[in-house]
Amino acid sequence: MIDDRQLTIHEAHRMLEKREVSSVELTKAMLKRIKKLEPDVKAIVTITEELALKQARSADDRLASGNGSPLNGIPVLIKDVICTRGVKTTCSSRMLENFIPPYDATVMERLNDCGAVVVGKTNMDEFAMGSSTENSAFFTTHNPWDLGRVPGGSSGGSAAAVAAGEAIYALGSDTGGSIRQPASFCSVTGLKPTYGRVSRYGLVAFASSLDQIGPLTQDVTDAALVLNAIAGYDTRDSTSVDIPVPDYTRCLTGDIKGLRLGVPREYFVEGMQPGVADAVNNAIAKLEELGVNIDREVSLPHTPYALAVYHIIAPSEASANLARYDGVKYGYSCQDADSMWQAMEKTRQYGFGAEVKRRIMLGTYALSAGYYDAWYLKAQKVRTLIRREFDAAFEKYDALVTPTSPTVPFKIGEKIDDPLQMYLSDVCTLPVNIAGLPAISVPAGFADGLPVGLQIIAKPFAEETILKIAHAYQQATDWHTKRAGI
Amino acid sequence: MKLSREEVLHIARLARLGMTGDEVGRMSEQLSHILENFDVLQQVDTAGVPPTAQPNTLQNVLKADEARPSLPQDDVLANAPCREGDFFRVRAVLE
Repeated sequence: MIDDRQLTIHEAHRMLEKREVSSVELTKAMLKRIKKLEPDVKAIVTITEELALKQARSADDRLASGNGSPLNGIPVLIKDVICTRGVKTTCSSRMLENFIPPYDATVMERLNDCGAVVVGKTNMDEFAMGSSTENSAFFTTHNPWDLGRVPGGSSGGSAAAVAAGEAIYALGSDTGGSIRQPASFCSVTGLKPTYGRVSRYGLVAFASSLDQIGPLTQDVTDAALVLNAIAGYDTRDSTSVDIPVPDYTRCLTGDIKGLRLGVPREYFVEGMQPGVADAVNNAIAKLEELGVNIDREVSLPHTPYALAVYHIIAPSEASANLARYDGVKYGYSCQDADSMWQAMEKTRQYGFGAEVKRRIMLGTYALSAGYYDAWYLKAQKVRTLIRREFDAAFEKYDALVTPTSPTVPFKIGEKIDDPLQMYLSDVCTLPVNIAGLPAISVPAGFADGLPVGLQIIAKPFAEETILKIAHAYQQATDWHTKRAGI
Repeated sequence: MKLSREEVLHIARLARLGMTGDEVGRMSEQLSHILENFDVLQQVDTAGVPPTAQPNTLQNVLKADEARPSLPQDDVLANAPCREGDFFRVRAVLE
């Protein structure tokens, strides 16, 4: 029975508790499914079969001794940007193709403490830069809903794997939409927590003022369960915030009557596919039926500048963060050179792919003498205006609802030669990172048979509000239960 | 906003990024196109607006200056492309 059904965390947990299945059986079924589907989906960079079976056996022991975290014994996939001790962490880059971290990221320690079963590491756009996984140095992941299309990115491997049932849930990272956009494209639930809610210790850095780790799951209850496990203060990430972590499942009451929701019109951008706008409008109407007050006339006038702000700030921070790849301490190292500088230049030339180089160049330019004020500092000031606009909106509204992406999943190869078109895929998600807010994408239907996502955004540390709304929406709809059927 | 080949080469040098002639040409074209589109930022009135470096308005974080256990040397050196004894081996900096 576990071979042909995709279980949620809470369903699998119940089955484990009732001894209807063991973690070893669940894990073996998952590994079997992975082997069957991977030739088509290509979501996984490294399968950790041996580790998974060992963890599953110990989860079964824990279960027998009666301490069962909701995540105990449940198979999970980890985006390959999160350090896993003793397991290759490649960032889908030639630069880190053979890198084996000597330590675990904080989120991994937390999952391991819960008894998680790690079945593998997922494919992504190189160093999390991209919106389709086509920037992976290894291979492109295919969308389970249409194998000719991209799964979104950069956490495309995690999203596709959850959609295909190759794991019960996955972790991703989100710098400008990298959890939510692929969640939208693959019709799964993707949560980007508030900046500072989850420790980034052990997350390979892309843009340090924007990066967050979060879950990709099959429903909102599962997202709450994973957030319970990974949220919280960590002295090893000085940007994590010391605010108590509530039990995020307690807010899932189904009652959202009287909440005030705003629909910012700037998010219905030019070029948005009509089918996407229709699905999102239907979702908003559904929320209205559930008793929320909707204001469709909200305006956040600085939204159109978010794309430029993001693509100045993120590459600037990336150019500094990726300066560490010098071929000396770890990673790819070119030995065929005449001097130290030449070795370094060649290491970076061969170790990085085209998009990573583009961003390093853009960021280096924006930070360089003579251009810093006009580009980087200017972008940081407009960032303040975008934040203030959100702050003002959240005085009137409990949450904002928008499309997650302006389009359904596009075809593999369609946008890869036009970087700017690719950047536009994240136009509805990146303002959220600029302001450090929490947001979720939930399945909201289909346009021409392809998935559409609804994004719900709230003020900092109001994860409970978005989970509550998203959960009520899922109680009233069945989009999240639809399966890709592969 | 046009980035010339010379400017691209200058930035590539700052970033310590080797580049073939073809890559320089492509980079000049693509970066120019991207920056042209981002020029809209200059229209925004930011007089008197402070910059935001990160969103959670942290001031500073301090911790006690205490010795703590760290990773074993062998673990740290395990990924080194060139190792000599307990050190990373590097090329001569001054030649």
